[in-house]
Amino acid sequence: MDISRRDLFQVGGKLLVLASVGATLEQITGAAPPSDAYKMADHWWGMLIDIDKCIGCGNCVRACSKENNVPEGYFRTWVERYQVEEGKQPRVDSPNGAMDGFPPNTRTGLKAFFVPKLCNQCADSPCVQVCPVGATFVSPDGVVLVDKSYCLGCRYCVQACPYGCRYLHPETNTVDKCTLCYHRITQGLTTACCESCPTGARQLVDFKNPRDPVHEFLRHNKVQVLKPYMATEAKVYYKNLDGSVR
Amino acid sequence: MIPGVDGFMYPNEVELQWSLLIVLYPYITGLVAGAFILASLERVFKVEAVKPTYRLALLTALAFLLVAPLPLQLHLGHPERSFEMYLTPHTSSAMAMFGFVYLWYLTVVLLLEIWLEYRADIVRLAQTSSGIRRIVYKLLTLGSQNVSPASRLIDDKVGWAVTVIGIPSAFLLHGYVGFIFGSVKANPWWSSPLMPIVFLFSAMVSGIAAVLVLYMAAMKVKKMAIDMRCVDTIAKYLFYTFIIDFTLEMLDLVHRTYEADESFRSLDFMVHTRLWFSQVILQIFVGTLTPLAILAATQVWKFRDAVRRGLYVGAGLLTLVGIFAMRWNVVIGGQLFSKSFLGYTTYKIDFVTREGLLPAIFLMLLPFVIFVVLVKLLPPWPERETAGVD
Repeated sequence: MDISRRDLFQVGGKLLVLASVGATLEQITGAAPPSDAYKMADHWWGMLIDIDKCIGCGNCVRACSKENNVPEGYFRTWVERYQVEEGKQPRVDSPNGAMDGFPPNTRTGLKAFFVPKLCNQCADSPCVQVCPVGATFVSPDGVVLVDKSYCLGCRYCVQACPYGCRYLHPETNTVDKCTLCYHRITQGLTTACCESCPTGARQLVDFKNPRDPVHEFLRHNKVQVLKPYMATEAKVYYKNLDGSVR
Repeated sequence: MIPGVDGFMYPNEVELQWSLLIVLYPYITGLVAGAFILASLERVFKVEAVKPTYRLALLTALAFLLVAPLPLQLHLGHPERSFEMYLTPHTSSAMAMFGFVYLWYLTVVLLLEIWLEYRADIVRLAQTSSGIRRIVYKLLTLGSQNVSPASRLIDDKVGWAVTVIGIPSAFLLHGYVGFIFGSVKANPWWSSPLMPIVFLFSAMVSGIAAVLVLYMAAMKVKKMAIDMRCVDTIAKYLFYTFIIDFTLEMLDLVHRTYEADESFRSLDFMVHTRLWFSQVILQIFVGTLTPLAILAATQVWKFRDAVRRGLYVGAGLLTLVGIFAMRWNVVIGGQLFSKSFLGYTTYKIDFVTREGLLPAIFLMLLPFVIFVVLVKLLPPWPERETAGVD
């Protein structure tokens, strides 16, 4: 690999800056921290989604699918396109979950925007409530997970989810859903969807981290969760969510 | 465009999760609960007229109860793990109770009551039959050979107590099935506090209709006279129970229509399109209003015995179709619309798959096979009429 003098100065400069603010070697190099460094009780995960920043490219859907081996035709995350005409029902589409983005709008003059969707990681989760054996649960760090070795595949949780985020995995015959890339976030990484978003429309947040920008964000922006009347204590917050979104 | 989808569904909603087998589950448990409640009319409420159906109703309930968990087992992604519901039940789950409610009802209520009712017959049959039948009956005596009047009195008293416990248990069994659906707040088609009580009364209706038809069919097969006082009384109870059931369902409909909440437009459209045949035609007109009109006519006018018998069979069969349609409309209808209220999907029934039509037909025939075996083993007819059975 050829490294120019310019590259060397850039990397060296970054190392110097990070080292000077007390960053660890793992953070500098991006290497996985030791597994015992992660304390579940220190975290409470969620996500911020800025509707205005989403361009409907489908990068997040593709990245999620690849990262988590999501079976074809099922979605841990997807993007919906809303086209809203005054006084009418919104027109919504999500071709193949926006895996390949969207075709151009056929009509002009409508209010149009994209809405990324994923498991809302509800704190009072109806899916967790109904599981007959407790195979689905909220982890101590606030992520709703499914124990594949325990799930009966009864699909009561699929019925109970108000947001359509669950499905039966056709190979394991157990229920599957977004894990908020638990295997990544516990290693100090962000989720595949957040990492691949070119506009930063999706941000993984840790509500227990006092230095997380989420606190500043929530202080200065009007946010909403999906279907607030369901009272599920959803932890995926949307900025500038239109009232037409279901 | 996705085939079978109109409007917008969340991508994971296109495929239905609860199939025809889950339609069978409340239908079968409903027949169990209804048949048992009819049996209890004679035992606890001393409605002597329905006595000829008492044993038949108990055997009907048992035949269907033995089959009730099978559609669930076939439906599970991992049936081999279902026992976990007994070992580590999740206490906040409505569904976790199923195993316990089922076991309670099967063992404490139904098997015990049938055994107590038949104990003297079993002892007699163990003495009079030969070969394998003798061994079977000997085993069924559970070692209890005493059929003295005093011991029969004890049987009767304990049996009465079991029936008294059985009535709320039957209510629990089917009210609970209704609660499994009624408590899903994410689904406005299901979410209703009326759901358990609607399920309960529809269960009573279907169970009473099933015993009415089975009794008349059994008499026909056995070439025995149908007790008209008995069928008249059952038809009367069917009529009254059906009126309560229909009133509750209409109350639910009127409430939804008048309240017209966020989901109403979507659900209303579904009823007028995808559910038009199964709900409006089959459930309401064919399966409810027609049998109600027939039953009402038999209450108002005096028909000849043969005509009444025909009317009762017709009303009973239509009722069974109507209640099946009701279960279908609840289970399948509740998954045809999107929780976004912006689209609809289609349910396509497979044929020879695990959750297809073929296993469903098999599961619906199986209780009748079990019923025939039970009737052979434990004849429900009075002793003098079964003298030649062996």
